[in-house]
Amino acid sequence: MGLLQAYKMAIKSIRSNKVRSFLTMLGVIIGVMSVITAVAFAEGTTKQITDQLSSLGTNLINVYITGRGSNRQVTYEQLKEFGDKNSEVISAIAPEMSINSATTKYGTNVRDTRIIGTTSDYEKTKVRGAQSGRYLMEIDNDNRQRVAVIGTAVVNDIFDGNNPIGESIKIDGNVFKVVGVLAEIADGSDSSDDDQIVIPVSVAQRMSQNSQINNYAILATDSESVDAAMIVLEEFLTKIYGDSNSFRLMNAAQMLDTLGSVTGTLMLLLGGIAGISLVVGGIGIMNIMLVSVTERTREIGIRKAIGAKKRNILTQFLIEALMVTGIGGTIGLMLGCGVIFSIGRMGIVPSVYSFKWMTLSFGISLLVGVIFGIFPANKAANLNPIQALRHE
Amino acid sequence: MIQIENMYKKYIMGDNVVNALNGVDLHIREHEFVAIVGPSGSGKSTLMNMIGCLDVPTAGRFFIDGYDASKLSDDQQAEIRNKKIGFVFQGFNLIQKLTALENVEMPLIYSGMRAAERQKRAVNALESVGLGDRVHHTPTELSGGQQQRVAIARALVTDPPIILGDEPTGNLDSKSGKEIMQIFKNLNAKGNTIILITHDDHIAEQAKRIIRIMDGKIIEDREVS
Ligand SMILES: Nc1ncnc2c1ncn2[C@@H]1O[C@H](COP(=O)(O)OP(=O)(O)O)[C@@H](O)[C@H]1O
Ligand SMILES: [Mg+2]
Repeated sequence: MGLLQAYKMAIKSIRSNKVRSFLTMLGVIIGVMSVITAVAFAEGTTKQITDQLSSLGTNLINVYITGRGSNRQVTYEQLKEFGDKNSEVISAIAPEMSINSATTKYGTNVRDTRIIGTTSDYEKTKVRGAQSGRYLMEIDNDNRQRVAVIGTAVVNDIFDGNNPIGESIKIDGNVFKVVGVLAEIADGSDSSDDDQIVIPVSVAQRMSQNSQINNYAILATDSESVDAAMIVLEEFLTKIYGDSNSFRLMNAAQMLDTLGSVTGTLMLLLGGIAGISLVVGGIGIMNIMLVSVTERTREIGIRKAIGAKKRNILTQFLIEALMVTGIGGTIGLMLGCGVIFSIGRMGIVPSVYSFKWMTLSFGISLLVGVIFGIFPANKAANLNPIQALRHE
Repeated sequence: MIQIENMYKKYIMGDNVVNALNGVDLHIREHEFVAIVGPSGSGKSTLMNMIGCLDVPTAGRFFIDGYDASKLSDDQQAEIRNKKIGFVFQGFNLIQKLTALENVEMPLIYSGMRAAERQKRAVNALESVGLGDRVHHTPTELSGGQQQRVAIARALVTDPPIILGDEPTGNLDSKSGKEIMQIFKNLNAKGNTIILITHDDHIAEQAKRIIRIMDGKIIEDREVS
């Protein structure tokens, strides 16, 4: 008896036992599908966060001054001087003074938007300049010029998309001249980094009647200098404040490291869930195979009684198990990819197709199907025909 | 053709030992028509299973068609079952999911015959038992008598010299039983060696030789006049 015949026999058997075949496949489908979608979710989320952090710039160090009521206070000038002394690790320092919601008017159009008071160095630290017109200049700060570089979300809203350069706007009642448009980085969407206006920090201090700057964006010269820059910054600020609790230093690369260990744990957790789904699927397969074992043992007895050899029986059952689990696995992969694609399309998390996990889950399901398809068949094929026919 | 010498079969069930065959000597020649009779539990089926190479004896020697069956490997036994023996069971033992034709074809699949030739032979066998119009029916769509005829077609499709029947009429009404007996008689007339187990003395009388078994031993062996 050749392989082709064994294959035909397997097909006949699968088709004549549709319910059993389907239930076995279902186990594989559930196993494969849940594993690859769970993993895709984890990897997609990780990718999303990683991308966002990387877009902050990995050479950027954010300084947050938290020490309140302290009579000591680092000034922009002190920091500048410090930066110049450490120019081998620090290439730019920009203050960042935010007014989270300011009313901006152009004619009768009004919009609430975020105002950032800073200097021309902000262009370097944020790696973001003007896409038309110009950026802030040093002289703007020196002369407290009321000039503004505005984001595209603002342009689209209060200028209806018309060229704003040279026009006058009012921010919280103060007249500003628009000198440039910020390079678009978030499709001009609301509340994004395109929904903001950059003005000279000296003007912002005046407007808020507060000279204290609590945030700074500091650019390390390159990625190798980030750690060194943070160490000298820490030293410098600790000396000024007397302790290290009055300020915080943050760096995207460092956060990525932290995130790496968090996602490692997440993957471990998901690996566990994936393992459980595979076990559940596997138990499903196992059950169906074992439930049908009585019926199949009799069948094997009959086949042996009329002249089937042990290897004929095993070949047939092996092919049958491979086909059922293979088809189930393929359906599981297709459904899983469909789910991954859909959640990507709906913008929940980016679609990530993990070849490794697809192979792994497919392989394990196949293995479980084959083991539990073959194991009872092998037992039955070892019986003599009479024992097999007596089986109940 | 069949030569059995001092055969024993013991079944051990926990502390119980059943001597299903207790020293059987038996010689059956070609073209014979033998009926094996005896009370229930006397060892008839056990003996038949030994002759059919479906089970192995605990002790004793056994030759079939010149082969020493006690020295055959599993695969060689399977080959004997496939080529030399056609077995008809009391309970039919058809595969329920397959059609009559597929059931009858099966022994030929295992002997490696090509599909076209196989189908032709299977249809012929079914026609010879009067089921030419039922080839695509599954067992559940057939009466008991018809199912047993499918089983006979399966037994004779490989053209084996020996046909064994373990109470083949036991589950059938008397009319179907008669039809089945007629088929066996015709096969014997064509030259097959037939060995049947039966409870029914009337059926036993239709054979040419009657062997009576009791407690795993042959107690009577006579020619039918
Ligand atoms: N597989 C078995 N396991 C244990 N005992 C068995 C087995 N097969 C048969 N026997 C016992 O062997 C004896 C002979 O059985 P069997 O050959 O089936 O009798 P018969 O066919 O004459 O009714 C009986 O006592 C039966 O219970
Ligand atoms: Mg019996």
